[in-house]
Formats: sequence, structure tokens, C-alpha cells
Amino acid sequence: MDSAMTTNTLKLPEKATKKRDWIETVFHLLFLGCAMVGVLSVATIAWFVFHEGLPAFQQAGISEIIFGREWLPPALFGIAPMIVASLISTLGAVIIGVPIAILTAVFLAELAPKWLANLVRPAVELLAGIPSVVYGFFGLVIIVPMIEVLFHIPAGNTILAGIIVLAIMILPTVITISETSLRALPSTYKEAALALGASHIYSIFRVLIPAARSGIYTGISLGVARAIGETMAIIMVMGNAPAMPGSLLEPARTLTANIAMEMSYATGIHASALYSTGIVLLVFIVLLNASLLYLNHKRSH
Amino acid sequence: MKKVIGLVAALGLMASPLTQANTAITVSGSTSVTNVMEVLGETYQQLTNQTVEVQGTGSSAGIRAAKDGTSMIGMSSRDVKDSEVTADTKEIVIARDGIAVTINNKNAVSNLSKEQIAKIYRGELKNWNEVGGENRPIVVVTRDAASGTRGAFEDIMKLKREVNGMKVSAITSSAQVGNGNGMVKTIVANNPYAIGYISLGSVDDSLKAVSVDGAAPSSKTIASGDYSIARPFVLLIKEDVDPAANKFIDYILSEDGQKIVEAQGYIRVN
Repeated sequence: MDSAMTTNTLKLPEKATKKRDWIETVFHLLFLGCAMVGVLSVATIAWFVFHEGLPAFQQAGISEIIFGREWLPPALFGIAPMIVASLISTLGAVIIGVPIAILTAVFLAELAPKWLANLVRPAVELLAGIPSVVYGFFGLVIIVPMIEVLFHIPAGNTILAGIIVLAIMILPTVITISETSLRALPSTYKEAALALGASHIYSIFRVLIPAARSGIYTGISLGVARAIGETMAIIMVMGNAPAMPGSLLEPARTLTANIAMEMSYATGIHASALYSTGIVLLVFIVLLNASLLYLNHKRSH
Repeated sequence: MKKVIGLVAALGLMASPLTQANTAITVSGSTSVTNVMEVLGETYQQLTNQTVEVQGTGSSAGIRAAKDGTSMIGMSSRDVKDSEVTADTKEIVIARDGIAVTINNKNAVSNLSKEQIAKIYRGELKNWNEVGGENRPIVVVTRDAASGTRGAFEDIMKLKREVNGMKVSAITSSAQVGNGNGMVKTIVANNPYAIGYISLGSVDDSLKAVSVDGAAPSSKTIASGDYSIARPFVLLIKEDVDPAANKFIDYILSEDGQKIVEAQGYIRVN
């Protein structure tokens, strides 16, 4: 009985199956090819950056570059101040930007009346489309003078200015992804919480946000990637001094700014040192994504 | 990128004999001089049908190219050291470019000595009251380490020091760094306590250029040598160079050529 059925089902559409198999294979390869574009790009970029940057590491030494505090090409290539500046500006942007973004997402998904949500959402989406040079210019003419007045310092081109601009820049990414993941939650979660007597706000903070955690983390990680990789706006507002910053009210240069500012003219070991700055940046982003993957993986178990 | 440029240049060289009967005048060197040289080359080409190929490779590379004979004409935007050239290389100054030391319009200071400016950039003078201004800290703005303007400024102001046997910049590392003339301008124009240096051609009403040792920067004071923060645009040729190159240089030094130099915002020499 069993065998008869299998032979029957196999025999009947044999020709059609073969033809379909061929089409299946073509599409399978097409999908695979598309998926490989991203992987190949990353691999090529990594190979290229390492290939160009390794001579600097060989000549100056890994510790001289990573822990060196003076950037004086062609003699000294210390990028420690820039590593610190990149980390602090990104961290600051996350501390200011993420709470604002999550609360906005909750507001849009749960609390806002429809007409207001329809006003806020396009505004947030528009924020994502503004080129970074415009953010930089906005920072240079609005935020920088504001910091000068508020803190009575001679120059407002500081890490703080960079943090504020970056915090605004990561808003749309975090808001959009957090809102989507909040909306994707089954309505039973909220209904159950309300039925148990929890208030609306209580259920948002204790039920909905924890349930949408994984999506919110993804939003934050994309936001962090945008903040650490941002270049143009940062060059315009952070002052770019390659010295170790002593406080948030001092100018500093990020890793990306260092590459962008000097690449056009640099030659020889100087250019190689800029690529090694890129290696450090690449390693940071890999570490960031790896730790996020690990965190999500651990939580899901 | 370099390979692509090289390939395009090679293809260009291969194709040019097919279209042009005469050999092209090859010019390479300083990126600052390239701007004005391209305009001169194009105008000359229209006038005489003589091809001029201009490549911006940097002053040092340009000097080397003229010495080796890989280019007929080398361009430099700084003084050429004797050790860099052989005895049969001629240097011809075709224009001068001033570097203006600029401050905010609200700043009362109008004159600084060369020594004071150097000290400000070394980080030794930190307050405007040390140079006759109000009691406010000086915000020093410089260009990125790879900028040609910064290189010339450091050479003229002797802002160099030695680390590990290599010459590096002596400009204080806490100085703000502007990415281009335009950004230095924006910072200085918006900050009452800032000081920055830019190409004289870029100075406008949004900021003011200080006098240096009593001389205001202008075509006249630069030509007379009173304003000292200026750099020459130098062309280098071998004595036995193709006569076509000599003719081109004669054109640059002629009234028409010098008018183009002036129109591009540089200071004429004739």
C-alpha cells in the first residue's frame, strides 16, 4: 500500500518535476548569488583594508599604533585618542538617543492618537533621509554656538556637540525598528496584562517592551553602527584635534574622521596608517555585532 | 584608484599620437598649482592647438619628475631646495600665493608679528591678552596634516620639529582641525576667539586677515616681499627641454598668461 502510493505519486509528475527541478536550481543559484554579494563585499573590503594597513602595523608596531597617544605623521601614528573619541561619542549618543527613541516608538505604537502618529511618523522617517552633511551644518551653526553660550567655553566644537548630533542621527533607525517590533507583538500580551489589572503604562514597561526586546536590540545595534561609522557630520562639529580629550568639552577626532581627512593626500606609511585605523574600526564593528548576536542568542534560551 | 588613474593616463598617452601630430607638453606636480595650470593649459591649447597634459601629484613628486625628465615641466608650490635638483634645472616663478592669517570680525586685534603667530600655533601663547586683545583664550584652527597649505605655512613659520629623526609638525595637537579652506573659514567666521590660516584668495567679508609684522596681505605687499607668509608657484624645466615647453612658459609669463593667473586669485609676477 505504502510503496504503491509512493510509486504512483513519483511516476505521475516525473516530467514536470524534472523541468521544475531545473527552474528550482536556477532560482536557487540566483538567490544564493544575491546573498553572496554582501558576503563578498565584506570579504573584499576586509582583505583590502588589511592588505593596505598591515605595513603600518609592521613598521610602527601594533601597541605603538593602538596605545600611542600622539598622531604625528610620518613619525608617530598613535590612534588611542581617536579610539577613545569614537567610543565616547558613540556611547554618549546611545545614552541620549536610545531612551528618546524607545519612548517615541512606544508613543507611536501605543499611545498616540492617529492624527498625531501620522504627523510624527513621517517626520521621523524624513530625519532618516537627511544627508549627514546637513546634520553637520546644523550642528555647526546651531549646536556649537549653543554649547559655547551654555558652558562659557571659547569653542563649542567639542565631543558634546558630536554626541548631540549623533544622538539625533540614530533616532530614526531605532524608532522605526522598535516601533515595528512593538506592533508585531500579539495583541493577547497586552490584553492579558490589562485583564490582570495592570495599568496601560505598567503593561507597556513590564510586558510589551520586554517582549519586543530582540527587535529593540537590533534597532540599537544598527544605531550604534551608524554612530560609530558617521564621518561627515562629526568632522564638521567635533573639532578634529588629534589630542587625547580630557573632558566632553574638548575637541576630539574620531577614527572615521581621521581616515576621511587625511586620505586624499597621504602617501606611503602615512596612508598605510590610515588603513590600519580602518582595521581598528572594522574590528570594533565586528566585536559589536558579535556581542549583540551573543546577547540575543543567550536571551532567547 | 592610483591604478585606475595610471591606466587612464596610459590609454591617453597611447591615444594621443593618433589624434595629435605634435607631442604633448607634460606637466606634473603640486596640486595647488594644478588648478591654475589646467586653465592655462586649456587656453593655450585653444590658441595654438598644442596639447598640454597636467597631472597633480604633489610638489615633491613634481620636482622629481622634472629632474628625471619624466615630465617636461615640474610644478612646486614651495621653495625648491638645491639638493632636490641638478645644476641644469631652471626654476621659473610664475605666480605667488599668499596665506592669510584670519580672525573673527569681532576680534579687536589687527596686527600680529610672525613670532607671535608661530607661538600661538605652537601652543605657547594661549590668551588673546598676550597679543593685545581681550582676556579670552585663543581657539587655534589649523588644517589637516596632509594639506599643502599647512605644509607651506609650517615651512614659512618654521613650525617643524624632529621626532625619531623625522620632521613632523610642531602645531599644538589640541588645535582644531578644519577639513579644507572653507571649513576653517566657517569656524573662524562663527567664533570670536578663533585664529586660522587660509589661502589669500579665499578671504572675504565674513572674517578679517590680520597684518603680519605691520604689512596687510595684498598683491602689492606680497610682490614687494613685505608680507612674508606667501609661497611661490614654481615651474622647473631642464635646460635641454623640448622648445614647445619653453614656448608654453613664455606664454604663462606673457600679459595674457598673467591675466589668467590673476583671474584665478593668485598674484602675478610680471
